Amino acid sequence: MSWEPRPVPEPNPETERYWAAAASGELLVRECLGCGLVYHYPRALCPDCFSEDVEWREASGRGEVYSYSTARTMSGWPEEDLPLVLAYVELDDGPRMMTTIDAKPEDVEIGTRVDVRFVDTDASDVAIPVFIPVDD
Amino acid sequence: MAITEPVYVAGAFEHPTREAPDKSTMQLHAEVAKGALDDADLKKNDVDGYFTAGIPEYESGLSPLIMADYLGLDPSYADTTDFGGSSYVSHVGHAASAIRDGRCDVALVTLAGRPRSRGQATGSGARDIRTVQDSFERVYGATNVGMYGMAAQRHMHEHGTTGEQLAEIRVAASHHAQYNEHAMYREPVSVEDVVESRVVADPLHLLDCCVISDGGGALIIVSKDIRSELDRECVEVLGFGEAIGHHDAGRIDLTRTAAEQSGSRAFEEAGLGPERVDYASIYDSFTITVLEAIEDLGFCKKGDGGSFVEGETLRAPDGELPFNTDGGGLCSNHPANRGGMTKVIEAVRQLRNEANPEVQVDADVALAHGTGGSIGTRHGAATVVLGREDR
Repeated sequence: MSWEPRPVPEPNPETERYWAAAASGELLVRECLGCGLVYHYPRALCPDCFSEDVEWREASGRGEVYSYSTARTMSGWPEEDLPLVLAYVELDDGPRMMTTIDAKPEDVEIGTRVDVRFVDTDASDVAIPVFIPVDD
Repeated sequence: MAITEPVYVAGAFEHPTREAPDKSTMQLHAEVAKGALDDADLKKNDVDGYFTAGIPEYESGLSPLIMADYLGLDPSYADTTDFGGSSYVSHVGHAASAIRDGRCDVALVTLAGRPRSRGQATGSGARDIRTVQDSFERVYGATNVGMYGMAAQRHMHEHGTTGEQLAEIRVAASHHAQYNEHAMYREPVSVEDVVESRVVADPLHLLDCCVISDGGGALIIVSKDIRSELDRECVEVLGFGEAIGHHDAGRIDLTRTAAEQSGSRAFEEAGLGPERVDYASIYDSFTITVLEAIEDLGFCKKGDGGSFVEGETLRAPDGELPFNTDGGGLCSNHPANRGGMTKVIEAVRQLRNEANPEVQVDADVALAHGTGGSIGTRHGAATVVLGREDR
């Protein structure tokens, strides 16, 4: 399965590694060695302290649903990708990231444990992290 | 931060249209500018400050140039700060600062747009990838209503807020809208009507969402010297505050908004607190937008918004906190998808005793609050406290 015809990311020099890692099955977060902040979305300078001493770190991929909202119809969105469960997942590594949960809406609630999966795009160096509910 | 000179709202005008297929957006800007100048009894050539945000139909960021050219203005001061729908509340504060700095004496603020005529549907959202954040949000199908839906879901989870409580906000707005001949939806609705309407992005229903309307509005803000030459009843700008809430590197809290900061800044400048507010215009893109703002502005404790809005609290003229007496964005008007302008206009009407008679509040102090962008990602918050001159 491929992501299109849904909109796809536009990698830039700060984010291309994030998308390429996703294409090889890894979810990356940024960690500031100056202040310790683990953050998302990727930025070259730490958004808390502006340190440039920032590393990539592989996240466990696990987390829990912080919030979600299900759209059953959405103009311009492919029918096969509805209903759409838009969510913020709070990663076990810290930050909350916007994503979708690839599950039936009735199987998702706040606190549901989830694990990352990656959906390919037409670009070989870009894949999109989504999450599925897991028991753990 | 001390205020040295009083500044006044001398003119306010809301375009009566809600659907304008035969007018251009620029024409609507001109019509509302003329309307506000007439209201203040000032002339176009008196304008020396101009404020607007982006022009929704144009990609260009050169809106001050485009607008000054089109309107034939010669401003010594211009500001096109764009926070989304809260921008026009911010512009009141920015105009007050510019006037106190001596940069201008007569500030014109305009808003116009035609999303209804352009065929926008509730729950639809932009898909273009432009900003760095779009790649992390829009790719997932993040619509405005979906993001506010997530905020409502989280608020319900943390505080036990119910869909019926959110519906009370729409019910109060519709109660007011029945007296507004220009409102898009004048029929009063019940809590059942709201919770039984189509789910757009759960837990938000269609009637939790604002209208999509064409139209616009304008304001005239003036210095003390200009005010002294006018016969029109004016409204004093007592305090202003703004703030930006955002994703915070992954620590976003969907139950709180930057109204906490903008509100406290505005109240501090005004030298009064929420208990002194007789009437409040509160941005109502969605019912949850109102609920969170009520808490964050200090009208009740965080988490108590649901019980606060039950019953007659928000109803004019006798409720504890009469709100959005024009019917608000939920029932009357949300021109250009930007409701900050009409929030200020209705607050001015209340303080001038020019609201619809059935919903006129005995108000000395009014508040107008805007929430622009999305509380699901990043938003602007702007709060202005206004007062009658004879308060």
